[in-house]
Amino acid sequence: MSESPMPTKVGPDPTVHSGPTLGGGAALPRAGRGLERLFRWFSTGAGVLVLVVIVAIAAFLITQAIPALRANQANFFTSTKWLPNDVAHPRFGIAALAYGTVLSAAIALVIAVPVALGIALFLSHYAPRRIATGLGFVIDLLAAVPSVIFGLWGRDYLSGPVTDLSGWLHRYLGFIPLFGSGGPYGNSILLGSIVLAIMVLPITTALCRDVFVQTPKANEEAALALGATRWEMIRTAVLPYGRPGIVAAVMLGLGRALGETIALAMTLGATFGVSIDLIQVGGNSIAANIANGFGEANATGRGALIASGLLLFAITLIVNVAARAIIFRRREFVGGQS
Amino acid sequence: MNMAKRVEAVDVTAYYGSFKAIDSITMTIEPKSVTALIGPSGCGKSTFLRSINRMHEVTPGAKVQGKLMIDAEDIYDPRVDVTAVRRAIGMVFQRPNPFPTMSIYDNVVAGLRLNGVRKKSTLDDAAESSLRAAHLWGEVSDRLKRPGGGLSGGQQQRLCIARAIAVEPQVLLMDEPCSALDPISTLAIEDLIGELKDRYTVVIVTHNMQQAARVSDRTAFFSIESTGDPGRLVEFDDTTKIFQNPGEKKTEDYITGRFG
Ligand SMILES: Nc1ncnc2c1ncn2[C@@H]1O[C@H](COP(=O)(O)OP(=O)(O)O)[C@@H](O)[C@H]1O
Ligand SMILES: [Mg+2]
Repeated sequence: MSESPMPTKVGPDPTVHSGPTLGGGAALPRAGRGLERLFRWFSTGAGVLVLVVIVAIAAFLITQAIPALRANQANFFTSTKWLPNDVAHPRFGIAALAYGTVLSAAIALVIAVPVALGIALFLSHYAPRRIATGLGFVIDLLAAVPSVIFGLWGRDYLSGPVTDLSGWLHRYLGFIPLFGSGGPYGNSILLGSIVLAIMVLPITTALCRDVFVQTPKANEEAALALGATRWEMIRTAVLPYGRPGIVAAVMLGLGRALGETIALAMTLGATFGVSIDLIQVGGNSIAANIANGFGEANATGRGALIASGLLLFAITLIVNVAARAIIFRRREFVGGQS
Repeated sequence: MNMAKRVEAVDVTAYYGSFKAIDSITMTIEPKSVTALIGPSGCGKSTFLRSINRMHEVTPGAKVQGKLMIDAEDIYDPRVDVTAVRRAIGMVFQRPNPFPTMSIYDNVVAGLRLNGVRKKSTLDDAAESSLRAAHLWGEVSDRLKRPGGGLSGGQQQRLCIARAIAVEPQVLLMDEPCSALDPISTLAIEDLIGELKDRYTVVIVTHNMQQAARVSDRTAFFSIESTGDPGRLVEFDDTTKIFQNPGEKKTEDYITGRFG
């Protein structure tokens, strides 16, 4: 990989097309040059503006959070308590919320990724074209459903079946600490994760499908000509080629799961604790806690919520940057192939 | 172990959807020989070659009629397992297509692994002997774990040849294997083809008539009447005969450059 030639062109380079290709490099007419300069200023300005907005948001959040963090009588990073509205002794910590955020997102991915890979492979390599188009459309529709609908559906419809499932898991797999609780069941990490899984499924599926259909025909034929079955061809040619893309798709799904607010606010138990148990009523996440708590919060309480939001912002930023870095690496790698 | 086999096409007709690309090709390819398929572009050389290992049907809507016997076994018999056919017939493509994410070593043994071979010593031996047979061993023996995509075009094509012969195929098909390569790599591969015929039945498509004359024992000339017509086999004979004293006027016109 490392010694394959890098692609020379990555994106449109404004300098390449700045003059006419015919006519021996004659200058553009004045109007054309002015327009181009205007456009360059405009696009640079837009880019700078985005940065300014992000910095302004971060600065605002930090100034809002600092007084609350000063007043905090517990350790913000290690405490599992969330009592910022206690006027005499405000104390709050992010530990339980961050734990719940990461745990629910992780479980959601454990459920969603195999399903997404299966559907994506079906769409790219198994289904007849008409079915693939139809099913692809349905998946894209799923991505357009607002998360509050998923939340309502999870809370009012899915919690019954998940309660039954929890009992079943405890009866047969109760020796695993994940399913150790004897009840009560219902609004739990399991329910929240299942809803989250359904929500991250469309984007992960769509990205994986796009990666899989890009597998070079030449590589697929190389595998088939060696006598590979379709599944063996997928294992030798499609999956290895798509691995960076799969990782990126999973990370983008993870970004969505980490930031999801309202659906988790409606399906998690909103307790403050750190437990490995998935099925007992409980669980919380940073975003869900903000949605649940902002209404009744006093000034310190709002500051505490904003501080938690900042941490979430940092986590999702890291995840997204990592995903993009992987996608970018893959682009170089594919460019080096041709 | 020597398993070169005879290929016998009887009335092979191939379609892309409703378009008939080749019509009633009948010819017998002897084991341990090199047979060249020549003819103007679009006359169905690749299509015929790909019908010999049932790769033609990989294209959606494509189908083959007629009989294709590999040592008296019809590979288009419905009871035949298509993957078994492809395992027994190696193929080298026009553009080198090593698996980009695999190392040189993994590329060579990919076919063996698909056959279920797991034993390291067997894989090591096969990798070395195939790379030696493909005249690549000397250049890559110290970097077997490096990606195959880092090799030059000619080296990649020899890697693909090593990958194809690692499974000891009965027949080796090559579709213009040198058309994307520089003259030195081309010569290296032509030498290699001369050696491969001691062990395999080699069928090579080429648009380069000097190449056909240099490497093949027998030459088949394909042609089409006009665009849209199916390709047909015009003449099939010893290479020396085709190039020195062709039996058909069309062949002579093509060989002498008056057509095509
Ligand atoms: N995938 C395909 N779909 C439809 N038509 C094809 C396809 N591949 C080849 N053909 C057509 O079949 C005919 C024979 O093609 P091919 O076997 O590639 O010729 P050659 O290898 O002799 O140049 C040509 O008319 C070509 O346009
Ligand atoms: Mg061809």
